[in-house]
Amino acid sequence: MTGVSIRSSVATRPPSATRSSISRVYRFELTKLLSQWRIRVVLLACWIAPALFVAGVSQQSSLPVDTLFGRWMHDTGWAGALVTLGFSGTWALPLLTSIVAGDIFTSEDRLGTWRHLLVVVRSPRRIFAAKALCSLTVLFTMVAGLAISSSLAGILVVGNNPLIGLDGHTLSAGDAAVRVLLAWACVLAPTLALAGLGLLGSVLFGRSPMGLLLPAVVAFAMQLALLLPLPVAVRLALPGSAFLSWNGLFTDPAQLGPILTGVGVSLVWAVVATALAYAAFARRDFSGTGHDTAGRRALTVGLAPIAALLVVGVAAVAPYSSISDGGITQAKVNRSVSTAFAHLYRLQTTQLHRPAVTEQQLRVTSACNRGGGKLTPEGAGNDWRCVVSWRLPGSTAVGQAIYQLDLHPDGRYMADGDGPKQVNGYFLVRTDDGDTPNPLWQFDANVDLLSTSS
Amino acid sequence: MSTPPGIPSAIRIRAVSKLFDDVIALDDVDLDVPAGQVHGLVGPNGAGKTTLLGLLLGLTAPTSGEGQVLDHQLGRTHAVPAGVAGFLDGPGLYPTLTARANLTSSLTLSGAANNDDRVDEILDAVGLSEVAHERVRGFSLGMRQRLGLAAAALAQPRLVVLDEPANGLDPAGKRRVHDLLNGLAEEGTTVILSSHRMDDVEALCSEVTILTAGRVGFTGPLAKLAAENDSLDYRLVTPDPMGARRIASAMHGIHLRDVDRTPGDDPAGDDAPGAAESLLLGATTTAALDELVARLVRDGIAVRELTPVMSPLEAAFLKLTDDQEHSQ
Repeated sequence: MTGVSIRSSVATRPPSATRSSISRVYRFELTKLLSQWRIRVVLLACWIAPALFVAGVSQQSSLPVDTLFGRWMHDTGWAGALVTLGFSGTWALPLLTSIVAGDIFTSEDRLGTWRHLLVVVRSPRRIFAAKALCSLTVLFTMVAGLAISSSLAGILVVGNNPLIGLDGHTLSAGDAAVRVLLAWACVLAPTLALAGLGLLGSVLFGRSPMGLLLPAVVAFAMQLALLLPLPVAVRLALPGSAFLSWNGLFTDPAQLGPILTGVGVSLVWAVVATALAYAAFARRDFSGTGHDTAGRRALTVGLAPIAALLVVGVAAVAPYSSISDGGITQAKVNRSVSTAFAHLYRLQTTQLHRPAVTEQQLRVTSACNRGGGKLTPEGAGNDWRCVVSWRLPGSTAVGQAIYQLDLHPDGRYMADGDGPKQVNGYFLVRTDDGDTPNPLWQFDANVDLLSTSS
Repeated sequence: MSTPPGIPSAIRIRAVSKLFDDVIALDDVDLDVPAGQVHGLVGPNGAGKTTLLGLLLGLTAPTSGEGQVLDHQLGRTHAVPAGVAGFLDGPGLYPTLTARANLTSSLTLSGAANNDDRVDEILDAVGLSEVAHERVRGFSLGMRQRLGLAAAALAQPRLVVLDEPANGLDPAGKRRVHDLLNGLAEEGTTVILSSHRMDDVEALCSEVTILTAGRVGFTGPLAKLAAENDSLDYRLVTPDPMGARRIASAMHGIHLRDVDRTPGDDPAGDDAPGAAESLLLGATTTAALDELVARLVRDGIAVRELTPVMSPLEAAFLKLTDDQEHSQ
């Protein structure tokens, strides 16, 4: 036998006696992930596409008024970042978590490299931690790209201007910037929850496409559920609610209850899903000779605990929310419409150079009902009708305007004006600078579902 | 076969069983492999080879039994022992990385400092220096096998566990792999080699374990395996088949199977002078075979060729497989 000597230049300390540090595994995982053209393309798209979208839409005459803050894209650069955020929470972030976290373990199954990695690293715990951290790094880089790209494009193309909040009050440019940043930070929590589910699916389902699709499927299911008139406790127990609750940052005062609850619930989901993923990973037999029990394992280790988590979440949030119904009452709607109208009336007053008034002087009241008074005035629906009344200083006359509301189960609504042309009956108002959009014609606002004051 | 006194044991497992639900993959397996030995593991499909290799690599844990792999005690949860390298069911390589990047990552992930000289050296040893900077995606099966072996040998393992390392290799590649494995063994690394290619096992391994239906059918030196065989068949090529038949039939321990003419040896016809014919003989012992050769030479009968029709390992493998089929 003629053997080839292979020890001539090796180090004196046998490297096999040591274990790789987590940073080395992390760097290797990052290298592997970024060597995939799919990830590189998506990463690039996250940093470029929002800027192109915001710049393009801001130049158009028609705006995405169906999307929250879309109607303000001509007025302030910060609106574009929020439109992008709304779209991201619905579509982009679930898909990104699927592509990154949902594939991080699956890719080793696909390539048949699990055994090599385990033998070389000798620590499933470090492999899991490195993969989880790596997927979060890439995911957060993508989210940062979406936020920074859309914000920068908005500021450069439209300008660093004040933003109109969801109750009609005006936020200074600086205040808008802070709140936009906070809004993007808020959606990191549900993104983490979806990433945890992605890790779980990736571990449980192996090569099956179900592992890759789990975050997107769960996110889609949650979105469908959130369209339903669910009790507030159930709604807030879903991590998907945090993709919407950032809206509360743009009211005065901020509606912090849904935000904090949504973020908290999302973080709990993220921790539990990641822990379940690790438990499943640590128990997995990598010799490849075991029987395929992925379906049963997915049920016992993955889905059953997640279902239990939902039940526990509802039970935990229910007493905190103190609300057993959908959280939308006539009193809340009346108050929300009055507040938004008062703020926007002041804005219109400024546009038209009328004598300045304050919200207190206007003494706005609203009388809202559903179905012309034939239905119980609570819950979501597009049959809300509000009669708004106000007074001007020094005048005994009472102004009135009518709004049709399309109120969603999450508390957001779009109010469509139907009143005097010079108030809310026409989409434009004539100013010294020409015709500009009438802020009172249509506006977006929301109802604080967790508010208990009637 | 236990580890000889004075030689440290690399693998020592006792009564190890492994169940997957109600399927018994390993059943009461004992195995001793001394350090520095190249040990073969053979058996039919489904015999439990992959499970045993996975167990040695720390990718799975035994259901019962105990054992030690290097310094690592087998437990009920899987853990990869320090100093073990190898691959199971093909080398785990990342197709989007180059050959060099695959090796460099293996080295650094194992806890060692990056060592370009070492990587160059091992790439040269497996004959892949020319393609070091090419992505593995375009590699042939044989190139992947050699790179996988290079990755396994890179981090100075004390135990290398290999599943079909010569799969897809051309003769030159096979020779490189053999040289590398022999080099590892000469420097004290224990090599466990599973293969369906008996010639590889016989060329490389000093001892072998045959698994059938999850149980150890045989374990020990190849010579012992040959000695334990009831009868091995040999082909004797001689220009005097009649004389050879006469001598062989009179000998104890030699059985004549049949006579056949070697194709192409007799283009002129059956009666052409010097035409070589082959005899198929069964020999129960190598001593009987030695005696036959001595008598043939003494009687002036030329022996042009005497080769085993089937290797002892292959014969034992087939016999154990047949026994298993008959017992079912």
